[in-house]
Amino acid sequence: MRLLEFQAKELFREYGINLLDSKASHDIAQGRKDAEALGYPFVIKIQVPVGGRGKAGGIQKCHNADEFELRYPQVMDLTIKGEQARAILLEKMADIKKELYLSLFLNRSKRCYTVIASAEGGVEIESVKNQIIVEVGLGEVSGDVATDIARRMGLEGSTADGFVDTLMKLSRLAVEKEAELAEINPLAIMQDDSVMALDGKFVTDDNSNFRHPEMEKYQEKSEIECMAEKSGFSLVELDGDIAVVGNGAGLVMSTLDMLSDNGGKPACFLDIGGGATTESVYEALTLISRIGRVKGILVNLYGGIVKTTVVAEAFLQAYGNNLIDVPVFSRLKGTESDKAREMLEESRTKIFDSLEDAINSAVMEVNH
Amino acid sequence: MSKVFEILRGVPGEPDYKHKGVIVQGITGAYGSLHTRNMIAYGTNIVAGVTPGKGGQKFDGTIPIYNTVQEAVDATGAAISAVFVPAKFFLSAAKEALDAGIKLFVAIPEHVPVRDTMVALDIAREKGAIIIGPNTPGIMIPELIKIGIMPPTPFKMGRIAVLSKSGTLLYEISDALTSAGFGQAITIGIGGDPVNGTRLVDAFEMVRDSPDIDGLVIVGEIGGDSEEILAQSIMDSGFDKPAVAYIAGRAAPKEKRMGHAGAIVMGTYGSAESKVSMFNKANIPVAKRPAEVPVLLAGKMQESD
Repeated sequence: MRLLEFQAKELFREYGINLLDSKASHDIAQGRKDAEALGYPFVIKIQVPVGGRGKAGGIQKCHNADEFELRYPQVMDLTIKGEQARAILLEKMADIKKELYLSLFLNRSKRCYTVIASAEGGVEIESVKNQIIVEVGLGEVSGDVATDIARRMGLEGSTADGFVDTLMKLSRLAVEKEAELAEINPLAIMQDDSVMALDGKFVTDDNSNFRHPEMEKYQEKSEIECMAEKSGFSLVELDGDIAVVGNGAGLVMSTLDMLSDNGGKPACFLDIGGGATTESVYEALTLISRIGRVKGILVNLYGGIVKTTVVAEAFLQAYGNNLIDVPVFSRLKGTESDKAREMLEESRTKIFDSLEDAINSAVMEVNH
Repeated sequence: MSKVFEILRGVPGEPDYKHKGVIVQGITGAYGSLHTRNMIAYGTNIVAGVTPGKGGQKFDGTIPIYNTVQEAVDATGAAISAVFVPAKFFLSAAKEALDAGIKLFVAIPEHVPVRDTMVALDIAREKGAIIIGPNTPGIMIPELIKIGIMPPTPFKMGRIAVLSKSGTLLYEISDALTSAGFGQAITIGIGGDPVNGTRLVDAFEMVRDSPDIDGLVIVGEIGGDSEEILAQSIMDSGFDKPAVAYIAGRAAPKEKRMGHAGAIVMGTYGSAESKVSMFNKANIPVAKRPAEVPVLLAGKMQESD
């Protein structure tokens, strides 16, 4: 799961990483109390699980109560890359000398944690110059390794000490929580040469959640995502109008690609998992019926041994229960497709032999 | 060296040549028992099952069940294990199998924690064993041996190696290949996890020099850099058999996990563009859709004639 900045900082604080004072709120009433406790000036920071907040206006300075009343609701109402504010963080302003970059990530091909550090942080990782990249194994980063990285960055004195301390704490946190990514960008050198984490990004391995009940409180899911998880589906909401359903992550991604290539706009990615049954397809249609903007549904099922009639039955049940009122375009690979087509002849489902035909028909009908 | 063929098929002269024994860990579970029957129906020689506490019983009245992998290996001499245990028992199942001398450990379960995969890999390296998966549909030599959950219909014996991160795309693309007259010498499901027991490049190393292979099909998807590493290795090693690729996830948004734990683009790391451009550099054409794979492969075959 991907933690929001204020949640990552909660963990940083627990592990003793230096931070500015800050408070997170979910509404302006709580925000006012936070503002009073924190004292002006401070920065208002939107909490969304995507990058690029600054450019989108999601980080605003605030010097007094008038500015607060104006800017808090402005920031709260922003939508950044399709994500609405999950919370607002008020954080004291920093008097900084220099911005560094520091992250630890699970290196998939090297199969170990890797540290990336740079003396030129504060920009997105792709633009960070003079990156120092060190593979550090599966355990915590040792003092010697951290000291060597600080030296290579050109850090000295108490700044170097502060960096070494931060890296060792961050790595202990990453290892203990089974993080895929732990990033501090920027890691600031303050006027007094101390080191402080100004931002925080923390992504953990969802598959290890069962070992970390203490992290459960950070799980943020929409109602539809919860429903999908309960059914064992994978769902990603997108901003188009044609819902894409299939079995198998690769197959659904491939369907999404082909739909986009042909001018369609996917409303969601829904992988119902390995097999396909009447129940799983019916549940998928139930989920999609909750997504308002859907104007059509594209179904691509590859069932080596699945009978297409079993899937057709799910469509009929969905129509019978008035679950969906949009057209369905489906490519079903499996046995008994002639019979399935007969079953659906009078319904809103169109069955195609090829995915291309299903996509073309869907794009044409949804876009008129 | 084609160690994987040797393990799956054996060498001529061995009494069990083309009839290698396979153990199923978790044989009595719903999933394990279903796919054990399917594997047997395909012709795989399932010689034993393992379920702690059920030792002494028989699966479907014929296949002996043991409490431990060690007992099963001692009784049968099998070196291959197919694993159907829940994800949280993956690591203990792997330790047990590798300690008992299993040389090919095929891990079907999805949702295995990445750290457990990495610990199992350390042990496998020490023991000189191969882990396929986790989160893999399995590995097969069509019409000879199937270890995993693949439906039989898409596959046909032949001379193409198919390496795939995705299960259903492996079926879809093998189906298209079969229809176009390209049977498969071997298909290897890499798995959709961030860390794979056998990476694309490892699978490539396993099959590249096999005399059974006339061509290579790579089915990748967004996330990680295993396609890039494979493309680099193909360039560096001067692999000269026809190869084509397909990459799923071009239209996926960044920083969203697309169904597979490993299918996520962070910045430019793992992007489809990066993979496609590396394959292009390696002179490997990348299909825009699954149906285009056999067309591109036929083109490459003609070129090399």
